Amino acid sequence: MILLDRVTKTYGKTLGSALDRVSLHVEPKEFVIVVGQSGAGKSTLLKLLTREERPSSGKIIVGGIDYDKLPDKDIPLLRRKIGVVFQDFKLLPNRTVFENVAFALEIVGVSTKEINNTVPRVLEIVNLKDKAKRMPVELSGGERQRVAIARAIVRQPKILIADEPTGNLDPKHAWDVITVLEKINRYGTTVLLTTHNQDIVNKLKRRVITIKNCRVVSDRANAQYNEKPPVVRSV
Amino acid sequence: MGRRTTTTGRIIRTGFLYFVRNAWLAVAAMATMIITLSIILFSIIVNATFANQVDQITNKIDISVYLKDTVTPAQAKSFVAKVERLSNVEQVTYLDKAAALRAFIKQNSGNDKLLAAVNETDNPLPATVKIKPKDLNKMDEIRSFVTKPEWQKLQSDPISDSGERRATIDKITHATNILQRAGIIAVAVFALISVLIIFNTIQMAIFNRRDELQIMRLLGASTGYIRAPFVVETVIYGVFSAIISILIINALFITASSSLQATSLGLLEISYSQQYFQERYWQLLLMQLTLGILIGAASSMIATQRYLKFKTPKK
Repeated sequence: MILLDRVTKTYGKTLGSALDRVSLHVEPKEFVIVVGQSGAGKSTLLKLLTREERPSSGKIIVGGIDYDKLPDKDIPLLRRKIGVVFQDFKLLPNRTVFENVAFALEIVGVSTKEINNTVPRVLEIVNLKDKAKRMPVELSGGERQRVAIARAIVRQPKILIADEPTGNLDPKHAWDVITVLEKINRYGTTVLLTTHNQDIVNKLKRRVITIKNCRVVSDRANAQYNEKPPVVRSV
Repeated sequence: MGRRTTTTGRIIRTGFLYFVRNAWLAVAAMATMIITLSIILFSIIVNATFANQVDQITNKIDISVYLKDTVTPAQAKSFVAKVERLSNVEQVTYLDKAAALRAFIKQNSGNDKLLAAVNETDNPLPATVKIKPKDLNKMDEIRSFVTKPEWQKLQSDPISDSGERRATIDKITHATNILQRAGIIAVAVFALISVLIIFNTIQMAIFNRRDELQIMRLLGASTGYIRAPFVVETVIYGVFSAIISILIINALFITASSSLQATSLGLLEISYSQQYFQERYWQLLLMQLTLGILIGAASSMIATQRYLKFKTPKK
């Protein structure tokens, strides 16, 4: 479903590498967790997958689409096949929960009738059916993130990428979000989750890919993760 | 309803929404567009009025050749035929003595004394050949032909021409040329200003909606879907500006005709301008709409191309 072959991303000579010869393969319907400290390269990896960035070298194939052969004009088509959840939710503040989810369907030309049928069903999956008319500002962090998940899955993508979706949430709300992601995975969607929350990783007991210093340092099924605190050197 | 129709409907609705949300910025963009369109409309009306005046005066200009009473109809006919062959001759009219008298009586119908004096004598008027030129600037060709000795011996009096009207025509032509040039410069300057202001308006609108646009892009909205509402928004500017500019010119005519009580301002025949404007009201409105929409759409297309970054950064 997702294939990266020796992918390197550098931001000029001064900023150096963000990813260094990263190779990985994710099967359909898998639930994969990518872990690593801040700055390890997790976000860069996701930006490469959504084609917000291009790799400096290496090959990326997602859902059968070879990114080398993907012209800029077809990027929207690629993004319609991938659902993305962001750490900062990226909801439209002046639209209701329903409208935020519907927005993902509106921009691809789905009819109003179909939207009215689909959105409530998806809101039910993320347990927000009763809050359809609320504005994002009236929701808790966890609820907002579940709205973002509903928006990401409403088009029934084959792949769901969640970039630190629990980063801004307290443990209870964080776990609510993870539960929803597991549910979506059970329906057959491949989930790629990035996090540095070791509790979540350890409870989920899924395949864990660890990125450190821009490289994949381990890739193990049912793995445990211990995030080491940053080293502080005394002067 | 097809997917395309649904999308088009949503784009138009979003365009209107952007227009309403951006109302204050839109006022500035529309004001310059209104000025530009009003100047264009005004220039067209003034040009048409001047052209009409020149036409009217030109139509009255001719050269009259007066023939001696001894000239036979055959000689007159041959003279007329030769004149007709000149390249700059539009029309030649031959009036024999009787016709010349009739025309004279008709022309002076109010002047009883003069008519009584004419009636007391035999017909004193000579047969007349009236020559209408095609191009007023080439009247010398006709003049030099009819004053050739072979033709002059047929003439009773020196030729007369209404060339003094030339001075007026020259004046009008000169004024038209100056106005045309001033109009073109003003239109160019204001069109440029309005394009720049629309650019700025779109740039600010894009900046204000950057989060929304980023979300749209990440969710897979097509380039056209993101750009089109901005184009719709500026097309709305164009439509409003066109209608307002027509209303402004209309109001100017109403004010001019009611308060000035004048039919002309110097060289400008207001009554003809008004008639021209009223007769072509819908055509002019259509032209203004087309221009407004074109200016609006073209500037927003360029602005969105420039300020919305659609390309993924290079490697």
